[in-house]
Amino acid sequence: MMNDWAAWAIETAKRRGATYADVRAMDIRQRDISTKNGEVGALSETESLGIGIRVIAGGSWGFSSTDRLTREGVQACAAEAVAIAKASALAKREDVALAPEASYVDTWQNPFLKDPFRIPVERQIDLLLAADKEMRRVKGVTLAEGCMTFRRIEQLFASSTGSQIHQIKMQSGAGIVATAFSGNEIQKRSYPNSFGGQHMLAGYELVESLDLAAHAQRIGEEAVALHSAAQCPEGPRTIILDGSQLGLQIHESIGHPIELDRVLGMEANFAGMSFLTTEKLRKLKYGSDIVNVVADARLEHGSGLGTFAYDDEGVPAQCTPIITNGLFTGYLSSRETASAIGEKRSGGTVRTESWNRLPMIRMTNISINPGTWKYEDLIADTDDAILMETNRSWSIDDRRYHFQFSTEIGWEIKGGKKGRMLKNPSYSGITTEFWNSCDAICSRDYWTLWGTPNCGKGQPMQTMGTGHGASPARFRNVKVGAAFAK
Amino acid sequence: MKPAKARRRPRAPLDPLLDLDALAERIIKLSEADETEVEIHIGSDALTRFANNTIHQNVAEQTLGISVRAVVDGRTARSSTNKTDDESLRRVVASAAQLAHNQPKNPDLLPMLTRQKYQKVARFSGATSAANPQIRARAVTKVCRMADKAKQTAAGIFSSGSVHEVMANSKGLFARYEQTRAEFSVTILEENSSGWAKSTSYDIREIDPEALAESASQKAANSRNPHELDPGHYTAILESAAVLDLIGFLFYDFAGTAVLDKRSCLTGRLGKKLFGENITLWDDVYHPLQLGQPFDGEGVPRQKVLLIDHGVPRNLVYSRATAKKMKTKPTGHGFALPNEHGEAPMNLVWGGGDKTVGEMVASTERGVLVTRLWYIREVDPYNKILTGMTRDGTFLVENGRVTGGIRNFRFNQSVIDMLSNVEMLGPAVRSSGEESFDMVVPAMKVRNFHFSEVTKF
Repeated sequence: MMNDWAAWAIETAKRRGATYADVRAMDIRQRDISTKNGEVGALSETESLGIGIRVIAGGSWGFSSTDRLTREGVQACAAEAVAIAKASALAKREDVALAPEASYVDTWQNPFLKDPFRIPVERQIDLLLAADKEMRRVKGVTLAEGCMTFRRIEQLFASSTGSQIHQIKMQSGAGIVATAFSGNEIQKRSYPNSFGGQHMLAGYELVESLDLAAHAQRIGEEAVALHSAAQCPEGPRTIILDGSQLGLQIHESIGHPIELDRVLGMEANFAGMSFLTTEKLRKLKYGSDIVNVVADARLEHGSGLGTFAYDDEGVPAQCTPIITNGLFTGYLSSRETASAIGEKRSGGTVRTESWNRLPMIRMTNISINPGTWKYEDLIADTDDAILMETNRSWSIDDRRYHFQFSTEIGWEIKGGKKGRMLKNPSYSGITTEFWNSCDAICSRDYWTLWGTPNCGKGQPMQTMGTGHGASPARFRNVKVGAAFAK
Repeated sequence: MKPAKARRRPRAPLDPLLDLDALAERIIKLSEADETEVEIHIGSDALTRFANNTIHQNVAEQTLGISVRAVVDGRTARSSTNKTDDESLRRVVASAAQLAHNQPKNPDLLPMLTRQKYQKVARFSGATSAANPQIRARAVTKVCRMADKAKQTAAGIFSSGSVHEVMANSKGLFARYEQTRAEFSVTILEENSSGWAKSTSYDIREIDPEALAESASQKAANSRNPHELDPGHYTAILESAAVLDLIGFLFYDFAGTAVLDKRSCLTGRLGKKLFGENITLWDDVYHPLQLGQPFDGEGVPRQKVLLIDHGVPRNLVYSRATAKKMKTKPTGHGFALPNEHGEAPMNLVWGGGDKTVGEMVASTERGVLVTRLWYIREVDPYNKILTGMTRDGTFLVENGRVTGGIRNFRFNQSVIDMLSNVEMLGPAVRSSGEESFDMVVPAMKVRNFHFSEVTKF
């Protein structure tokens, strides 16, 4: 049926005057399970089917979407998209231009071993409750939480230039959190990451590999122990970030500023703009010489939340060098923005949350290449530093210069050894100064492709999953502790 | 011989606009669960987005959502779809029952409610519902031309939409709601400065895009060539949108479940003086400047609740299950079941004062005037320390006058301390930001606000 809907939409759009049209038909199924203090919290399944039609008419964009999937419903939606484009043309300055792209007819599905929707719900609940029980076994844990999310996205992209691309993406994710309230403090620890755990394009085998129950007691004990830990000190320090925190640092201070729609002002009202104005391309020293970052949507990079075969305007997945030996070398682009800065081709990073949202530039897998250090050697090589693990809060300005992060837990590194626990660690800085202070990155053995499932952008807001490969890394002379300074 | 099921003539997908009530009844009849609840909404939304003085995105959507909750032997679960053919409706009903069946019994689960009485609210505007792309494009074109003329750059959105929803259950409860919503938000940029303004209403005729653009334009012009000011503790004059985005972070602390879970900053503090005497807060869905349904996710009628009384956190809000656990009565603030969060006040109305922002400025020897805030996150959940940035119009105030723009600050500020340091309050107005939901909130003059670092613009 998806092919029929696409054909009806494109035919109607062309007949109404569109010079270009593309369609995303999407069938999305999601399962959410959460547990709290030994009981099931949320338990739901959702399915959503519809189409979004994007057209250029009169030199301007129009987009409309519907879940009324009769011939009449689809044709009305396509006609509305054209009418909207013609209204857009009232405030037009110049015609929309797209970087050229070939047409493709293809099918793709990410590999996975176990379909999470075929795993009995009671088995999934039991797994979460087992971890919950281990967390609550720790005296002082006041709140134990766990969650799983599974999402299957089947989609057809079709365009008036002849593309017909069918893709199926299976996402899985899970995590647990132990919280301890005592006195005037709330402390928490998460595994394997905060804000929902780890998420990938994968099947249920991802959840099984996390072995949540095996880590539950440890995070419970750490949440309680944080109450008696020393406060993280203030002042300039060497810091070592674990891979998950470095992944979020990449997301906020590299992934967002390289979005070309931000750079060109299209997000100025909401998500903001970027300090990475176009004259800085291939000139700005973004980071130290050992910093190499790529935007890689290809499966060979890993099965991350930013992995696909084609983006949502029919451009094949690519690997774009973003930072090369410290030099800023690339943006995330769409067909329209690539054309606007004179690039020959889109970087293939346009994605949509669902059928009823306009596709836009989103991060794919924005990853830092592994370095050469063994983790043990990095610690042994560090005389005085703070090791920070697992994000607790994150904030960055609307041009992506100034950031502040805090993590759930910190550890003192003294004389090459991991020492006492520190609570309330935080660090802040200016993006390029920070990345230029990086002097050690751990090797492939410590590199994980983390998933960030909750990246918000656009109006109407869209939530998208992004991937960030990272291994622990060391940064010198970073401002520490400003979040709790009096 | 074909099975009987295959002989049944399939119904065509229906147009749900025809009769949502009938669709709800039909779904309930399909269910064999002990109890069944259905929520259906149908929405139409459109948004015209502009940047660089031109429309660059222009979108519309028609959406339907059907959500079914089943109760089977003391267990409950939810399944949702947007498909209306017979097979899909049967599947969503069966899915909810099957999910419910496959879990442990829920000791906190209460029987579904019977029919309730709801206070009427009128929040549907024919003008908003009838707004079309041409109306929005014409308004945006005027704003873009204003910006062109002033050698400035405009970016923003103009949106309009409507939603109709019904909630019904097998015990006879039936609730119906309809609402429209319009929003105009504009950022005006110059080479090294910017200004912002935003307005929302159920009635599009109450929104004046040109006036909002003019206000943003003035802020951009007045903050031109910003100076870098040392970070530190300043008297801060926070316009209502900035106040909203900060104090919106308190909303879940007033949930009974948050206190039960010991993750509220009010744990152990209820009934004790926590904020200044001049701070009073209600949750009131019936306030004329508020929007939203007069019933909660289980169909309980919403009540007006006094949350802070002259600086003393006095009451929480409760879903039915939380109220039973805490030996009190539900207030009509529960989320749709099943969920782990319980409830929250979503219609905050803060007590205001009578000072204008101009009077706040005039009374300030040295301070910082803030238009809006950005990327606010919680640093310390019990002391309620928040971090974030100023954005789109931050000014130095000296000797009772705004003397120019300053580079944007990062703040690390306890909201509890902030609400103990409020020196002046403006009238409470309907405000809208980007970090919290719309509320009725005043501008505030706050002493000793902690701007901890400064950025590069």
